[in-house]
Amino acid sequence: MSQKFNIDTVEHAAATPDTELPWAELGLKRNEFDDVVKLLGRRPTAAELAMYSVMWSEHCSYKSSKVHLKQFGDKVTAEMKMDMLVGIGENAGVTNLGDGWAVTFKVESHNHPSFVEPYQGAATGIGGIVRDIISMGARPVAVMDPLRFGAIDHPDTARLVHGIVSGIGGYGNSLGLPNIGGEVVFDDVYQANPLVNALAVGVMRHEDIRLANASGVGNRVVLFGARTGGDGIGGASVLASESFDDTKPSKRPAVQVGDPFAEKVLIECCLELFKGSLVEGIQDLGAAGISCATSELASNGDGGMEVELTSVLLRDPTLTPGEILMSESQERMMAVVSPANAAAFEAVMDKWAVEYSWLGEVTDTGRLIINWDGATIVDVDPRTVAHEGPTYHRPFHRPEWLDGVQSNTFRASGTALPATGLELKAAVVELVSSPNMCDKSWVTNQYDRFVGGNTALAAPDDAGVIRVDEQTGMGVALSTDANGRYAYLDPYTGAQLALAESYRNVATAGAVPMAVTDCLNFGSPEDPEVMWQFAEAVRGLSDACMELGVPVTGGNVSLYNQTGSTPIHPTPVVGVLGKFDDVARRTPSGWREDGQAIYLLGTTADELDGSEFANLRGHLGGLPPRVDLARERELGQILINASRDGMVDAAHDLSEGGLAAALVESSLRYNTGARIALDEVAARDGVDVFTLLFSETQGRAIVAVPRSEEVRFNDMCTARRFPVARIGVVDAESGSLELQGQFSAPLDELREAHEGTLPKYFG
Amino acid sequence: MTETPLIGAVSSTATGTPLTGARIGVVTFPGTLDDRDAARAVRLAGATAVDLWHGDTSLGDVDAVVIPGGFSYGDYLRAGAIARFAPMMGQIIKAANSDARLPVLGICNGFQILTESHLLPGSMVKNDHLKFICREQVLRVENNTTAWTNQYAAGEQITIVLKNQDGQYVADEKTLDELEGEGRVAFRYVGWNPNGSRRDIAGITNAAGNVVGLMPHPEHAVEPGFGPDHTGTDGLGFFTSVLAHLVGGKK
Repeated sequence: MSQKFNIDTVEHAAATPDTELPWAELGLKRNEFDDVVKLLGRRPTAAELAMYSVMWSEHCSYKSSKVHLKQFGDKVTAEMKMDMLVGIGENAGVTNLGDGWAVTFKVESHNHPSFVEPYQGAATGIGGIVRDIISMGARPVAVMDPLRFGAIDHPDTARLVHGIVSGIGGYGNSLGLPNIGGEVVFDDVYQANPLVNALAVGVMRHEDIRLANASGVGNRVVLFGARTGGDGIGGASVLASESFDDTKPSKRPAVQVGDPFAEKVLIECCLELFKGSLVEGIQDLGAAGISCATSELASNGDGGMEVELTSVLLRDPTLTPGEILMSESQERMMAVVSPANAAAFEAVMDKWAVEYSWLGEVTDTGRLIINWDGATIVDVDPRTVAHEGPTYHRPFHRPEWLDGVQSNTFRASGTALPATGLELKAAVVELVSSPNMCDKSWVTNQYDRFVGGNTALAAPDDAGVIRVDEQTGMGVALSTDANGRYAYLDPYTGAQLALAESYRNVATAGAVPMAVTDCLNFGSPEDPEVMWQFAEAVRGLSDACMELGVPVTGGNVSLYNQTGSTPIHPTPVVGVLGKFDDVARRTPSGWREDGQAIYLLGTTADELDGSEFANLRGHLGGLPPRVDLARERELGQILINASRDGMVDAAHDLSEGGLAAALVESSLRYNTGARIALDEVAARDGVDVFTLLFSETQGRAIVAVPRSEEVRFNDMCTARRFPVARIGVVDAESGSLELQGQFSAPLDELREAHEGTLPKYFG
Repeated sequence: MTETPLIGAVSSTATGTPLTGARIGVVTFPGTLDDRDAARAVRLAGATAVDLWHGDTSLGDVDAVVIPGGFSYGDYLRAGAIARFAPMMGQIIKAANSDARLPVLGICNGFQILTESHLLPGSMVKNDHLKFICREQVLRVENNTTAWTNQYAAGEQITIVLKNQDGQYVADEKTLDELEGEGRVAFRYVGWNPNGSRRDIAGITNAAGNVVGLMPHPEHAVEPGFGPDHTGTDGLGFFTSVLAHLVGGKK
């Protein structure tokens, strides 16, 4: 191959120390560039500069967050380690499910690309997280998407909702992965910075676990899948690691373009490679592309690799070496294959018609050498690229405005509160038709939730449930949750509340919570107040994980989520994975058997600050609901036992929208009404009916109990000293939700209110 | 709490019958998604599922074929337009048209492949509302004499899963009139037409009744706990029908 460029070789770099390099344009800071020069003992080549700039970006290096993230590894008890097979640091953590099965799951962000180009941004978010799961040796089995948009009636919101939802559907549906849940939240803080997080879960046999390392000197390095193009160049460094700003040019070229068909073929092809034990190590190409894959594989393995970059198959032959190294073209994987398996590897590629090219081999030199037509253009210690990037102890301090916000309570705001039956009914209807509490099937009906034939529960139930073992029925439950308003009022508590809700959701479905993944969406780390929010959230989440006994096995940090100098609400999205011995025991969120008793578990305090009701009145102030993790654990055990022993036929957790939202949702789930009496509970808890309905006190759930199980259920709660109250009965004949002494709302009316909102705005 | 059996209850009724020897092929193209689901449905009906690879040129000794759903070749050109040229499709077209009348069921993308193959008339275009839609869908069985529908009652309403982007069935008026006149409309949407299909058509059959195609997914409604409403198994009848057909047990 002839040289088409003036190639900046290592030799040339050494000879021309004074050449000006575009380090600032590539996102490096002065001190970081100086560090690169010091590490190399000379100026970097253009290709080396490209690698360092992208690998040392916030997105890839976690340089601002890692001093805090350490807590997830430090605050770990023996109980939490028991089932962890692979911890933080790999592509995704792996948890033991028993019977030789393991599960891997992770949530990631694709926020900035999705604002610039909603369809492709959201689509490639799914693609990237799914490849992380494949890289562990697992078959992906489901995805979930926590989404946050700006105000529902803002002129730009429909563009984002349509693009992002159809992008997730268009990509995910084409992979054959059921989409089993997630969240859809509207709040104007996300107007110019929507949050598009994607979670994927995969399962494997223990012996199939694969890690990203290049070991075995002489083993060959191969790149396979889609060809490398000019899309997504600088995606991680420029797009994900900077704030949006009107003064800069459009960033569209930095967004990747997805090909779900190529990804589907890649999944099947990789699974066939794993089945035949044909790869020694494997790594997906996501952020930072070949730069990341070569440096991480080499750094994790025997420490050396030598590759020839002109062997990379290109979509665009005009790409420079630096661009090839930085390209974030999708649907690519890199593997390390022993020479003995090379022919078998090629046969699998040919069967699936997947293109591949052998790039080089593993060495023991401790150097990552990248050649261009034989001339060396990169000669670095791979650890300095992949793992020894800069670490910042960013300054942080508690915002001065926080005291003012926290003392501005909803009660003190003097907002008129509903009191009569008619007023309460109007408030309930208003709540369940509000953007955040309304039915989300306009979104979820654009996702395939059935493919695979193993979906036992999906949205709108509390958790998505997937069968893993068809013989035994063993399976997993997953939920993701976050509340940016809570975290804004108190980031430490807000992060704990996200975990508490996710944990409660999984337990409500009947599964035993086992592991946690998180996607920490925050503003700019260069703002000390944002950095304080981040530090507090990580501290809160790690403390809560320890108390609940569930380890964080992986996740992602997304910073610079802000417009100009206005950050989003801190939004720590927390995903919890739980296990079922048999998914046939899963508990749906709605009741349908006439005459079953409805119980409220837990007590209610006056906690309206940060609530959906306060949000409807345009108020955000005070302190978020109190967290009591011991009580969450107790409630979880009751719900899990009740599911396992067949004591409940329906269960729904109380969270945003409180009891009011839960009663309506459980009634509408199977279109079955109920008669509810709240006076006794209100008296017991010392609150009025309005507060009982709309307060967002944690550690609560409602359940429907068959008459035959009532004694046993009550005994269990009593034995555990957990507050429980019988608040009503399922009434299949009535066709309405009746709150005795207050109002009766026909289900048709509630349904129209609940289901009408998204179609009204989005067609 | 009601017990919801997972696999046992449905498959146990079928095991040990003469039907267990039946071998039903399930074709996989690059981009096929529901092949494992279709194979499971075949097993739950009591037969043996046989994997068929698009590039192979032999049907082996299968007694019937299911072409499952998905996005073959990404459906980037026109749904089913490339898959129809696969070597395996050549074998299937030949066997379906032969005197032996191999029973063939095309589901979703499989239906699209069957129309592209001219085993069935008409075509599918993008849903009239332009969105992918996934829902539990009620169908009416209009023709219960085909190889794939003989275990249903005529006029019976069943609920199975619908999920597609390009599900709007279209054909010229003459073809539609012929289909109606010859009783070849196999299924119609009930309650709501989810994609704008002409005359609410959800599925059709060829004149001989051995080739049936439909957009909704019976293979996602075969096992209690994993189908519509977490209980529905209305789709199992497709697979027991072909077994009944194979042993000459047509109603």
